[in-house]
Amino acid sequence: MFSTAIIVFREVLEAALVVAVVLAATQGLAGRSRWIIGGIAGGLLGSFVVAGLTQEISMAFEGVGQELFNAAILLTAVAMLAWHNIWMSRHASQLVAHLRQVGSNVSSGQLPIYFLATAVGLAVLREGSEVVLFTQGMAAGGSDNLSLLWGGVIGLGAGLVLGALIYFGLVRIPTRHLFTVTGWLILLLAAGMAASAAGFLAQAGWLPVQNPLWNSSDLLSQHSVPGEILHVLVGYQDRPTAIQLAFYLTTLVLIAVGMALSRQRAPAFHR
Amino acid sequence: MTRITFSFVTAALLAAGTAQAGPQTFDLTIKDHRFQPEAVTIPAREKVKLMVHNQDATPEEFESYELNREKIIPGNSKAVIFVGPLEPGEYPFFGEFNQATAQGRVIAE
Repeated sequence: MFSTAIIVFREVLEAALVVAVVLAATQGLAGRSRWIIGGIAGGLLGSFVVAGLTQEISMAFEGVGQELFNAAILLTAVAMLAWHNIWMSRHASQLVAHLRQVGSNVSSGQLPIYFLATAVGLAVLREGSEVVLFTQGMAAGGSDNLSLLWGGVIGLGAGLVLGALIYFGLVRIPTRHLFTVTGWLILLLAAGMAASAAGFLAQAGWLPVQNPLWNSSDLLSQHSVPGEILHVLVGYQDRPTAIQLAFYLTTLVLIAVGMALSRQRAPAFHR
Repeated sequence: MTRITFSFVTAALLAAGTAQAGPQTFDLTIKDHRFQPEAVTIPAREKVKLMVHNQDATPEEFESYELNREKIIPGNSKAVIFVGPLEPGEYPFFGEFNQATAQGRVIAE
């Protein structure tokens, strides 16, 4: 039961943190729940499909299909998060002004929330398919179903609670700063995902295999709870390679430049 | 049509297979949530291919922090994991889904 709980917790935590950041970033937007719940539901549905196709995905591309699939999902999520941030940097001030004046919700038509909904769906899909595979396997392997169920429930609950804590921490930030903070978080989240994608591409042999630049696992293991939270939120890795660092920094710079350019072309009453 | 495509793909794969010898393959089996052998010796500074055969009915996740690898292997199937080039040394790996028993290491020398 305990080991089940830990595995489920780890997978749920990653997805829950992405959802928490996205929920905070869409604070006060009408229809956001519908979009984000839709993203989560789509991701869960997709988890079962991907879990069912594991063998086919795995053996595709001469045995590195799983790596390429993971990299593709991560890079798509990066694109979605980047797009959101670039869009937001042009419109954030309007949104904030609107939220403060009217104190009511901004219509979802004013923020293309489907980028974030897709990113949420992809995060849920990636982690969810592992949970599905794991629990199916445990059940098939003759594990005690009740202890498996409890392990799953405890792991899920713990992951959701941590995600909720991060969310409620974020939304305490005053409205005028909230979008700045979530913008930065999404930027770092995206950069971290790009670095993880580079890891999968190296594993697939599509990028050169390198020795890590450093090993800070003794200081802060990426697989401890704080390490994992930092891994998701800011892209912390305890053994990154030079290519991963390059992916991280390039993504960071590209999105930041996109945001700056977009802000320059913002409507006049912006400042 | 399917058959033609299929034989074409097969031919292409065969051609690719003979054109380059590719990395050396090392077999690893998962049975009763244990790796067999638990220590795989590979040549250092060379890219090799681990062919992991999961003979259990349950899936396993091959994971190694030191090798920077993670890959799910469904029950009763096999998966390819490329490793290296590695400096001489020991690189532990484990099965995340059955960490209590599924432990092993790659020895590069």
